[in-house]
Amino acid sequence: MNSGLRWRKFVSNFMLTMTGVCAVVAVSALFFILGYLVYNGGTSISWNFFTKLPAPVGENGGGMANAILGSAKLLALATLFGVPVGFLGAVYLAEFSGAKIAFIVRYAADLLNGTPSIVIGIFAYTLVVHPFHRYSTYAGGFALGLMMIPITLRSTEEFLLAVPRTLREGAMALGASKWKTIVSVIVPAAYRGILTAILLAFARVAGETAPLLFTALGNRYWSHGLNEPTASLPVMIYTYAISAYDDWHRQAWAAGLVLLTLILVINIVARAILSRGVSVPRA
Amino acid sequence: MHASVRPAVSVNITPPVTTGAHRETTAPAEMRMSISKVNFWYGPKQTLFDISLGIATSKVTALIGPSGCGKSTLLRTLDRMHETVRNARLEGEILLDGKNILDQDVTLLRRRVGMVFQRPNPFPKSIFENVAYGLRINGSKVPMAEAVEKSLRHAALWDEVKDQLHKSAYDLSGGQQQRLCIARALAVEPEVLLLDEPCSALDPISTAKIEELLVQLKDLCTIVTVTHNMQQAARISDFTAFLLTGQLIEFSPTPQLFTKPSDPRTEAYITGRFG
Repeated sequence: MNSGLRWRKFVSNFMLTMTGVCAVVAVSALFFILGYLVYNGGTSISWNFFTKLPAPVGENGGGMANAILGSAKLLALATLFGVPVGFLGAVYLAEFSGAKIAFIVRYAADLLNGTPSIVIGIFAYTLVVHPFHRYSTYAGGFALGLMMIPITLRSTEEFLLAVPRTLREGAMALGASKWKTIVSVIVPAAYRGILTAILLAFARVAGETAPLLFTALGNRYWSHGLNEPTASLPVMIYTYAISAYDDWHRQAWAAGLVLLTLILVINIVARAILSRGVSVPRA
Repeated sequence: MHASVRPAVSVNITPPVTTGAHRETTAPAEMRMSISKVNFWYGPKQTLFDISLGIATSKVTALIGPSGCGKSTLLRTLDRMHETVRNARLEGEILLDGKNILDQDVTLLRRRVGMVFQRPNPFPKSIFENVAYGLRINGSKVPMAEAVEKSLRHAALWDEVKDQLHKSAYDLSGGQQQRLCIARALAVEPEVLLLDEPCSALDPISTAKIEELLVQLKDLCTIVTVTHNMQQAARISDFTAFLLTGQLIEFSPTPQLFTKPSDPRTEAYITGRFG
């Protein structure tokens, strides 16, 4: 009896400890990576890193200005392509579609979301790069935008559906058409959530490497316009990390640090926007 | 139509368009709306049976009855809000100023027949923008500030909010929010104002304010209100319709319905034997 009780207490405490340990492991992975990046890459972060082109092979110094600008261009294109499609698709799902179509679209979006990014890259290669015989910012932006669609769509839909029915009725009872109701009441009521969803989708694709290998390729120089191969931070990290030079390794760490910092900042901003409260309190 | 399956009902007011006959007692001069032989289904389930009644111009008509009797459903057919629900089906005729509302453009209809809901549902906008909303979406050219002030005065809210028009509507109390919703509905100058249990989410003081307001608003528009509060119906309405399980049991001038109900079921309900 007494030993049985002691055993039960032991199991209970053991499991409690294990859950705690696992929680700590989950959290510390992030801090470990962040610390490692700062330790290895911190020293390479300088003014030059943000303003100079990569130095020729064998020379020390240089920066990743072209990759930073390239990533910015790729992400801007991806957002311009992925967000409107995801957003308008979500409006259709939440406000217009029947249950069957909604189910199919949701399912397809979830599958697309789970598609390995390398497959997305090959798809974009076949569709955009191959026909035009050209690696380009367009192709990279298309691949990343494709990945933003399902994330934007699913979360925007959730936030639209969370807008109370009573608000829709209030607008329609005043003679607002369905479209007016959506534009003037429902979307403004859900805009914080939608903005958060877009930011998270943005942060998610900011670090993608595989889709860019086949599409934007890479470039040691400035990429002019949108129709040329372009450097990007993730691909630069990949190339530099597998190179044979210590200086390149350090720069790869620094690029990783910049990228992770960007993603962290976006996530924190998204949190802050959302935590200011859902814009529609329950009546 | 369903006479064979229904018990006899005593309907004192029949719409003039279908019979031309008026009630003997205090016959109202005009009918703003008339509902005739309305049957209603949600999917396969019929929730209104052969309802006919007239809505007198510039009077308050109250729809009473226990939960689930169809009073809210009936109210929502008057501005066709029932169409926002899938599988809803309506048969019959509802006339507004002699014209069938079911044949009209629904957005134009809803500008003429306003609605206030059970729970205050202000938009996540400023007080001013809430009232201006209906005017803006209708592309109204009237001076906005004046129109907003007028509506807020009609809703007896102006004095409380005139210094904070640009604050969020959510900063107001529940009672104020509901009066804001009334102001919002009044801004487009509807001919008929429908209210679906407008006080059920409010405290007694806010309720008293809104009741007083409704009586005053009669001069401005025709009012139809749903309530499960019989005392409220008795206090504010000129005519009362008693519904039970989707059927109109009795429709009379309010004093008559509450003092000399002609149907035993009405009497049972108003004396509190059920409901």
